[in-house]
Amino acid sequence: MTKPMDQYTWQEIEIGGVLTEPGSAREYRVGDWRSQHPVWTKSRCIRCGVCWTVCPEAAIMEEPEGYFDMNPTYCKGCGTCARECVTGCISMIPEEE
Amino acid sequence: MAHRVGMEVSIAVSHAVQLARAEAIAAYPITPQTHIVEHLSSLVANGDLDAEFITVESEHSAISACIGTSAAGARTYTATSSQGLALMFEILFIASAMRFPIVMTVANRALSGPLNIWNDHSDIMAARDIGWIQIFVENGQEAFDHSIMAFKIAENHKVLLPTIVNLDGFILSHVVEALEMLDQETVDKFLPAYHPRFRLDTKEPVTMGAFAMPEMYTEMKMAHQMALTNSYEHILKVWAEYGKLTGRKYQPVERYKTKGAKVLLLTMGCLSEVAEIAVDELREAGVPVGLVKLRLWRPFPFTDLRAAVAGAGLLIVCDRALSLGGAAGPVLAEVRSAFYPLSSRPQILGYTVGLGGRDIPPEAFKEIVAQAQMEAQKGPTQEYHIFGVRG
Repeated sequence: MTKPMDQYTWQEIEIGGVLTEPGSAREYRVGDWRSQHPVWTKSRCIRCGVCWTVCPEAAIMEEPEGYFDMNPTYCKGCGTCARECVTGCISMIPEEE
Repeated sequence: MAHRVGMEVSIAVSHAVQLARAEAIAAYPITPQTHIVEHLSSLVANGDLDAEFITVESEHSAISACIGTSAAGARTYTATSSQGLALMFEILFIASAMRFPIVMTVANRALSGPLNIWNDHSDIMAARDIGWIQIFVENGQEAFDHSIMAFKIAENHKVLLPTIVNLDGFILSHVVEALEMLDQETVDKFLPAYHPRFRLDTKEPVTMGAFAMPEMYTEMKMAHQMALTNSYEHILKVWAEYGKLTGRKYQPVERYKTKGAKVLLLTMGCLSEVAEIAVDELREAGVPVGLVKLRLWRPFPFTDLRAAVAGAGLLIVCDRALSLGGAAGPVLAEVRSAFYPLSSRPQILGYTVGLGGRDIPPEAFKEIVAQAQMEAQKGPTQEYHIFGVRG
């Protein structure tokens, strides 16, 4: 989209809401919805990548040494990574008010 | 160019769809729509219609498959009735919001319960707000004509909305009538091949059916609302073009002996022909009564209706469905809303008639006119009446 969603008039919307450009889901910054976020305890992480695999938003990134962290723009704080982590090294920490 | 035949109306509708060269049909049989899709499946199986006929396990799947074929760019048709339309419910809104020009025949039938397979309009009235163009026909010829015209209306790039042609179950769908068919060459000239605005194509990929955040949902609905409202002028254009071709001219609101009428009946569908007989007989007896027939239900033809009713003192709206616990039947409520803002308006009274196949002969309309005239003098005793109910 060429401008923010809240600036479109009804006349500017393509018929049936068709999106003609790829990758527009990037603009849904769903990280704003988050009430908690995952924190990795590196000492217990075996770098297996299960968290990276199960994240429904693909919002977990691999870091240079093979450890993982969340992408704060897209992580909704669902907690799937913490639930599935093999060693239990991920804790869900509430966002500050 | 045209030839007269005697034919069951359902079969005539299937031939109209054949002449329109539908490319994809997904349907599930349900009384009283069955003969339409049964015959279409024969036409496809015998090689008389080059279309994909998708047999499905339910109406929910039928309309979902129609969305798929329409998204792929095929001219798409389906038909249903009553419970079948109800089972389609959630998908009907999606078909119109995604602006797929699917054409559907609804052979109108009462909704359960109690289980009843006969004719009224409760099925389509429950689906009133699905955002489709909705047309009612009165006889076999109109069913044939509108089945062809619906494709041309729906597929116009300024319209791109799915369209329902309503025909009364059994009392129209199963009746053999004399009607004039068009030949293939004439229909081809009138209705060229469908060119989708967007379609599923790996070479030119697009996203269809994306979700809308609160920032966009209202604008999307407004775009849909404007498309449906503005479809009115294209509907008129298509009907006028077809009128030139065939001599059969259609209007959103049609008038029968309304000139000088002080009392007007308002009907939809094939009850209108019965009401005409009553009007003829009442006129002979000196009662200044006329009839307005509502052909276009969505978009609602406000201006045409107001013009057709101008001059009458009493308008009697005949609904064929109920809005249980509400102020009026769906048509009465709509008509009252249409006249409420006007400083000069007729008295509007409502009668719900012919539920679940209850027969309404001309005598019933005469009785309704007499009752309504009396009530108009004394003042209404209730919001509306269910005509002929015992007890």
